Amino acid sequence: MTMTKPAVAPNPVASAVQKFLSRRGSWVPVFAALLILIIMFVGAQAYFGNFLTPRVISSLLLDNAYLLILAVGMTFVILTGGIDLSVGAVMAFTGMLGASLLRDGSPVTVVVPVMLLVGAALGLGVGILVQYFGVQPFIASLAAMFAARGLAFMVSLSSIRVEEPAILWLQGTRIQAAPGSWFITPTGILALLVVVIGTLVLAYTRFGRTIYAIGGNEQSARLMGLPVVRTKLLAYTISGLCAGLAGVVFTAYTGASYPLNGIGTELDTIAAVVIGGTLLTGGSGYVLGSMIGVFVYGAIKSVISFLGAEQSWTRITIGGLLLVFVVVQRVIVARSSRR
Amino acid sequence: MKTIVQHRLFWPIAALIVLIIVNTIARPSFISITVQNGQLYGPLIDILRNSAPLMLVALGMTLVIATRGIDLSVGAIMAVSGAVALTIIQGSSDPNGLGTVLIAIVAGVLVALVLGVWNGFLVSVVGIQPIIATLVLMLAGRGIALLITGGFITTINSEPYRFMAQGYVFGFPFALYVSVAAVVVVSLIERRTALGVLTEAVGINPEASRLAGVRSRGIIWAAYAVSGLLAGLAGILYSSNIMAADANAAGLYIELDAILAVVLGGTSLMGGKFSLAGTVVGVFTIQTLKSTITFLGVPPAVSPLFLAIVVVIVVLVQSQRLRDVSNRISQSLRNRRANSEVAS
Repeated sequence: MTMTKPAVAPNPVASAVQKFLSRRGSWVPVFAALLILIIMFVGAQAYFGNFLTPRVISSLLLDNAYLLILAVGMTFVILTGGIDLSVGAVMAFTGMLGASLLRDGSPVTVVVPVMLLVGAALGLGVGILVQYFGVQPFIASLAAMFAARGLAFMVSLSSIRVEEPAILWLQGTRIQAAPGSWFITPTGILALLVVVIGTLVLAYTRFGRTIYAIGGNEQSARLMGLPVVRTKLLAYTISGLCAGLAGVVFTAYTGASYPLNGIGTELDTIAAVVIGGTLLTGGSGYVLGSMIGVFVYGAIKSVISFLGAEQSWTRITIGGLLLVFVVVQRVIVARSSRR
Repeated sequence: MKTIVQHRLFWPIAALIVLIIVNTIARPSFISITVQNGQLYGPLIDILRNSAPLMLVALGMTLVIATRGIDLSVGAIMAVSGAVALTIIQGSSDPNGLGTVLIAIVAGVLVALVLGVWNGFLVSVVGIQPIIATLVLMLAGRGIALLITGGFITTINSEPYRFMAQGYVFGFPFALYVSVAAVVVVSLIERRTALGVLTEAVGINPEASRLAGVRSRGIIWAAYAVSGLLAGLAGILYSSNIMAADANAAGLYIELDAILAVVLGGTSLMGGKFSLAGTVVGVFTIQTLKSTITFLGVPPAVSPLFLAIVVVIVVLVQSQRLRDVSNRISQSLRNRRANSEVAS
C-alpha cells in the first residue's frame, strides 16, 4: 500500500478512500487516471482561463464517441488477456460498407444491422482463430486488421459521402442536456449507453464474471468448469460488434466514409484502455476506467489544439502517459504478487 | 525425401518457389535479368533491392521475438532515423559531400540505437510487457519524427545519399550488399558464438536460464538495441530510396510485415528457437508476394487483404489442432489399408 500513497495523497477524503482502496486495489489505476484527468482540467483552466466551458467538456464526449465505443469492446478482450488490433480497420470497413450500401439505395434499417453484423462476424473470426486454432490474439487480430483494411479499399478507393438523414441525424441533432450550452448528440448518448451496458454486463452477469476469471487464470477457470471457449469467442465478438457500431457513429460524425479512416485508432484505443487502468495481462480493469482513459485522450487533444501546437504532440503525450501508467501498473502488480 | 519435407525450412522455401513459379507462368519476363551498363535489372533484382529495409528490420525482429518479446516500434524508429539524417543533410552547406552524408547516416543510426536501448531498458529492467513497452515508442516515435522535420516532408538532393538505396556496385544494387552484410554479421554473431543459444535459452524459459547463470537481462536488452540499430539503418535506406523523410509514411506497417516474415520463417512468437535463414526466406516471400499483387493489377491499397489471407493460411498450417486432425485422418487411412491387407 505504501507505494500508492503518493498517488492518493492529494485527495481530500484520503482516509475513506484509502480504506476503500485497501479492499479494492484494482480501482487504484482508475483513480490515478481520474486524478490525471482532474489535474489536466484544473491546469488547463488555470492556463487558458476558458477551458472548462460546457462546450469543451461536451465535445470531449461527442468528438470521441467512436473511440469510447471501441474502448468498451477492447476492454472485454483485454480483460480476457487478449488484444484486438483490428478495431480501427473494422470500423473503417463497416463504415465503407454502410456508406456504399446507402449510396446504392438500401434502406437504413437494413444497412445499420448489416454493419453491426459484419463487425461482429469479423470479431467472431478472430475469436475462432484464437480459440480453436491456438493462434496468438496479436497475430489473429492482425490478420483481421489487414483483411478489413483491404476490404475497405475494395469497397471503394475514394471516400463516399453519406446523405442518409437517419445517419446524419445521429450527429446533427443537438439535445440540450442541462441548462447552459451542455449539449449531447444521439451518438454521445449511444456511446454512454454502451458504457453503461458494458459496466453492467461485466459487473453483474455470469458472462462478465467469467471474463474476469479467465483473465485471472485461464487454466483455473477451465478447471472450475467455466465456459472458457464460449466466453472468449463472445468477448471478441463483442469487440467486433463495438467496432461495427463505431463504424456507424464515425460515419455519422464525419458525414462520409473513407477507407483510410481509423488508421492508428487501435493503438489509441489500447492506450486509452491501459491509461484507464485495465491490466494488459487480463483479469483486472473496468469499463468506467476505459471511459476515463478516453476522456484523458480527448483532453490531451483539446489542450494541444488550445495551445495551437502541432497535433504530433498528441501522440507523443499519449505515448508518455501510457509509459507512466504502465509503470504504475507494474508497481501494483509487483505489490500484489508479493502479498 | 521425408527428411527434406520435415526440415523446418521446407514449407517456407516451398511457398517462395511456388510464388516465383506462379509469377513466371503469369509473366515470363519475371525471371529475366537484363544487363545495362554493367548493372543488373529485372523484377527479381528489384525484389532483392526493395527487400533490404524489411530484411534489416526482420533480422532485428527475429532476435527480439526469440527472447519472447516483440518490437512494434521499428517503423517509428525508421521514421526518426530518416528524419534525423535528412534534416542534417538539408541543413548542411555541402549536401553532396561524403563527410556530411556519413555524419548524417551515423547520427540517424545512433539515434535509432538510443531508441532501441530505451525499448530494451523498459522491457528488461523495468519489466514492462514488450508489446506495451514498444507501443509507447510506436505512438510517440512518429510524433518525434514529425517534430524533427517540422511537420513537413523533408526532401534533399544528395548524390552520395541517393547511392545508399539506388546505387550499384559490381552490377548489384548497393542496398543488397547492406542487407547481405547484415545477415552475415548477425548470423556469425548469433551462430558462431554462444549468444544464439543463450538467446534461445532466455526465450524458452527466462527464469530457468537466469538460474542457470545466463544474464538474461543483458541479452534481452541487447536484442532490442540491435533491433533499433537495424531499424535505423532501414530508415536510412528507405529515405534514400525516395530521397525524402516522410514521418507519416516511412516504415508504416513494416513492423507487421517483419513479424509476418519471422513467423513465415518458422520462428514461433512464443520465443525460443529462431531461424535467421527462415527469416530471410520469409522476407523474400513477402516481398515477392507484394510484387505479385502489384503485378496482378490489384490496387496496392487492397494488398493487405492478400497478406491477411496468407497470414491465416500460414497460422492454420502451423496450428496444432489442424495438425492433429490431419494426423488422425492419415492414421485412419493407414489403419484402413492395414485392415484391408489383413482381410485379403
